[in-house]
Amino acid sequence: MGTTVSTTSKEKLWEGGNKPLNASYGKMMMWFFIVSDALTFSGFIVSYGFARFKYANSWPIADEVFTHVPFIHGKELPMIYVAFMTFVLIMSSVTMVLAVDAGHKMKKSKVTFYMFLTIIGGIIFVGSQAWEWATFIKGDYGAVKTKGGNILQFLDSETSKRISVDDFAFSFASTRDKHDKFNGIWYRDEGTLPIYSVEEVIAGMESSPNIVIRTQALDEKGHKTILSREKSLEVLKTTGVSVVNGANLIENEYGAPLFANFFFFITGFHGFHVFSGIVLNIIIFFNVIIGTYEKRKSYEMVEKVGLYWHFVDLVWVFVFTFFYLV
Amino acid sequence: MAEHAHKLEIFRGLIKFKSNTQKIIGVLLLLSIVTLVEVVLGIYKPEVFNQYFLNLKLLNWIFIILTIVKAYYITWDFMHMRDETSILRRVVVWTAVFLILYLTFILIQEGGYIFDEFYDDSNFIKTDF
Repeated sequence: MGTTVSTTSKEKLWEGGNKPLNASYGKMMMWFFIVSDALTFSGFIVSYGFARFKYANSWPIADEVFTHVPFIHGKELPMIYVAFMTFVLIMSSVTMVLAVDAGHKMKKSKVTFYMFLTIIGGIIFVGSQAWEWATFIKGDYGAVKTKGGNILQFLDSETSKRISVDDFAFSFASTRDKHDKFNGIWYRDEGTLPIYSVEEVIAGMESSPNIVIRTQALDEKGHKTILSREKSLEVLKTTGVSVVNGANLIENEYGAPLFANFFFFITGFHGFHVFSGIVLNIIIFFNVIIGTYEKRKSYEMVEKVGLYWHFVDLVWVFVFTFFYLV
Repeated sequence: MAEHAHKLEIFRGLIKFKSNTQKIIGVLLLLSIVTLVEVVLGIYKPEVFNQYFLNLKLLNWIFIILTIVKAYYITWDFMHMRDETSILRRVVVWTAVFLILYLTFILIQEGGYIFDEFYDDSNFIKTDF
């Protein structure tokens, strides 16, 4: 037996502590997770693209949907608030990377400070998203749904500005009560009835001669089609079914129902990621404060949650582009 | 701190920062400028970019390219991809890029096909009735 196995510390391949690709186990696993999560998100965004190409001639224009900014009423400011949200998330990414950097230099107080700012940024972002959801669900102008499931919106023919259904619809004495479990069939229920019925909208429109209808169909330039006054009345009378206010998973006043579904699903899934990121950040924040990583002599854990946090920012960059810009 | 050495140049060495903190601020500025350009283009939508290139508006191509630029700097500088070994970089980036391109091609192609079938004048599917 002339051959012997030399067991220098270099060859203890199976005893742990190895760093393949120069990345520690935890970091490597975080990258695994990020790649698979990136594929999940790309699945969502690409299926949004699928729906959009499928309805290429009638998809809502995001600029006309997300026009609100908190505390500013009655002004249409497309993009401003989303741009603010994007900036908040990028800033909190920056404070995170500064925390990681301070961790490399073992400066505990700096890590604490930057982690704190990161958490605040995340909370502002999630809050903004909640506000955006609330505004989207509430809606602003209202619209009428047709038999075919299309949406008719109302415009002032002189200024080409949107007009709210509230502003012109008549209010007849209610023609029908809401069907509740206790006043109808006990196992059936229906959602809240719209404030106005189609008859009330028709009556209102006949008495105000300046109102025309805009359909969802896009012309070659990407603008929505505006019907003439006579055509508007005809379309409303022959095809109008119900009044739609705001958005839910079944119908929305902005156009294709899938638009709202994808909005809720994609920004919701992203918001959930931000939320779990905040929770992870808070855990790590307290670990930093009680000195766990000081004792461990390594702030690598901050780096790992940092990776996750940047990934959330990365996803938002894509959501921002495909939902609000393109 | 040798093992935490950072590569400090961006733009293929055109700009070299003195410290990691400076690099972070530099990348932040770059990302902010790109976002600002996107927002301004998104609000004003200049007519010049309304022509089509490969079935997509020029404006949308600009948005997508700027997004990829942003994604590159977030991954490379914030997620420290620049400092990882090149094989880790390739494993992560090319796996994702290949699968995402494949998925995008298939679904977008299919969406366009369904659109053509739906709104062809000779078919029987109507959403207006």
